[in-house]
Amino acid sequence: MGALRDLFKDYRFAVGFFLLSFLFFLVIASFFSPYDPIQWLQVPRDKPPSWNHILGTNSKGQDVFWEATFAIRNSLIIALIAGLISRIIAILVGFIAGYKGGFTDRVLMGITDGLLVIPLFLILVLVAMLLREALTLVNTGLLLAFFGWAWDARTIRSQVLSLREREFTFTSVLSGNSTLSLVGKEYLPLTIPLIFSTLINNIAWAIGMEIVLAILGLVRLEIPTLGTTLQWAINYQAMLLGHWWWILTPVVLTILLLVALYWFSVSISEYLDPRIRIQRIGVK
Amino acid sequence: MRFFRDYFIPRIIQYLLVIFCGITAVFFIPRLTGQDPVLETIAQIQSQGSSLDPTAVNSLMGTLKELYGLEGTLFQQYIMTWKRIFTLDFGPSFFQFPTPVADLLKTYLPWTIGLFVTSTLISWVLGNILGGIAGYYSRKSWSKILDAIIMVIRPVPHYIFGILVLILFAYVWQLFPAGGMMLGRKTVLNLKFIMTILRYSFLPALTLVVLGGASWFQQMKLLVQNVKREDFVQYAQTGGVKERFIIYRYVLRNAMLPQITQLALALGQVFSGVLIVEMVFSYPGIGLLLYRGVTRGDYNLVMGITVLSILTITTAVLILDLIYPLFDPRIRHK
Repeated sequence: MGALRDLFKDYRFAVGFFLLSFLFFLVIASFFSPYDPIQWLQVPRDKPPSWNHILGTNSKGQDVFWEATFAIRNSLIIALIAGLISRIIAILVGFIAGYKGGFTDRVLMGITDGLLVIPLFLILVLVAMLLREALTLVNTGLLLAFFGWAWDARTIRSQVLSLREREFTFTSVLSGNSTLSLVGKEYLPLTIPLIFSTLINNIAWAIGMEIVLAILGLVRLEIPTLGTTLQWAINYQAMLLGHWWWILTPVVLTILLLVALYWFSVSISEYLDPRIRIQRIGVK
Repeated sequence: MRFFRDYFIPRIIQYLLVIFCGITAVFFIPRLTGQDPVLETIAQIQSQGSSLDPTAVNSLMGTLKELYGLEGTLFQQYIMTWKRIFTLDFGPSFFQFPTPVADLLKTYLPWTIGLFVTSTLISWVLGNILGGIAGYYSRKSWSKILDAIIMVIRPVPHYIFGILVLILFAYVWQLFPAGGMMLGRKTVLNLKFIMTILRYSFLPALTLVVLGGASWFQQMKLLVQNVKREDFVQYAQTGGVKERFIIYRYVLRNAMLPQITQLALALGQVFSGVLIVEMVFSYPGIGLLLYRGVTRGDYNLVMGITVLSILTITTAVLILDLIYPLFDPRIRHK
């Protein structure tokens, strides 16, 4: 409990935590929605916010608030799938490259650097263009996972490189521990803070990417996500017609979600970083 | 000569390898998806309402296969792809049939390069200098306020930030046009033409500079906070060297160098950002072309854009890497 109290002293953690709880509440609310998320013309169209529809209604005849609850839920599902699967790839590549070193390292990092230099976004679009019809929530997540690991594999590798030179590695190897137990029991716990912060960054990246794919019309547009909600609003000229409640809802929700995630991750990784913790104690 | 053998040659080899792998990936990944662009296109034509009889479908399939370079064995196709790249011939585009893709790219690319180079340079310089000074005076209150503002801007993705800027400056306060700069006008270089370009490019550039600058700011701030703790800086401070001199000559110069390497690594992502922002503001560059290509299922065009972008970015990274020694006196003297 002491750790939590320390974390809440950081305003960034407090704000991030509050915002995330609020958004999580919206996700829960989506399960109790009175409307179907996909059907059109369930309510009068293009009405500004009122008591009946707190965020107004859109040109498709849907309630903007309840659509938004589904949008957050679906965007988070995509981002979590992308983040978790790409973590597995990044951890594998980073650990193998960092621990093996030599030729293996050079080949793996060559591939990673190649992926980094190339504007991946375009290849992502190219593939999505062909898969268009198949891009459901899960598949979009998998597609993003497949392209989103390179930068983090590099970060994890450099951490493993430095761990490999530490004394406990030699102690462990000389006392006959297997590589697997050394990596699993010693290295993994030490890299968890780093992996966690890359996970949150990756989730944020995936949410942003999903929006662009949706704008390009490359995901299943009938499934409400933050991206598709925005796409419909732009497509129906919500900006020109002054339907601000429709277009601003996904924009504001995305900003809240990403700022919350970012602040949350920054304050946790600072808390877990012993160098900064010492500084903080020094200041007190 | 040792410089050439140890630095120049390996770097060039790496450059060629990345291009080779990139193009190979672009060739194979779409084929791995198991989807047929020919059938996709035909399905799209049919879904748009026009009915085709079987013979028409067959002849269309033949033409499309030829256009997409899908004839022959996989190996023959692969060789053909390289031949197309060397001659920069990506076939005709579909959404402006029969204009060759290469012509479209030639018209739109200079606009993207202009926006990309200007905004990247400005955001890199501005972000690094501000970040450096804020890092040096990290305990001052203005530094903390700036940091808090950057903390809000940093995680916002390009598209969302662009939409916000667009809504604010083009719809709420109608200061700038909401995109729609026309291309193909005769480019006469006079003041009026330059003013038009500036008016239409201001908002996209602003979006890119603020977002890019925020990320350079944070990295630089962290770097400077570390350099500041090093012995030579403390020595200079105790020795009574002027503060300005310490910041610009000692701290900033030392921390700028890793930022050049970072820029080379991040260039691909920066470029993606430029393309996305172009879509928001309908800026007449590769990004807008990509948007049109994707929404109309123009496979040749998207392929051409991807290949061209790979070539452009890897070359830019190569140039950056090769001129890096000019900035770093430690490498230069070796």
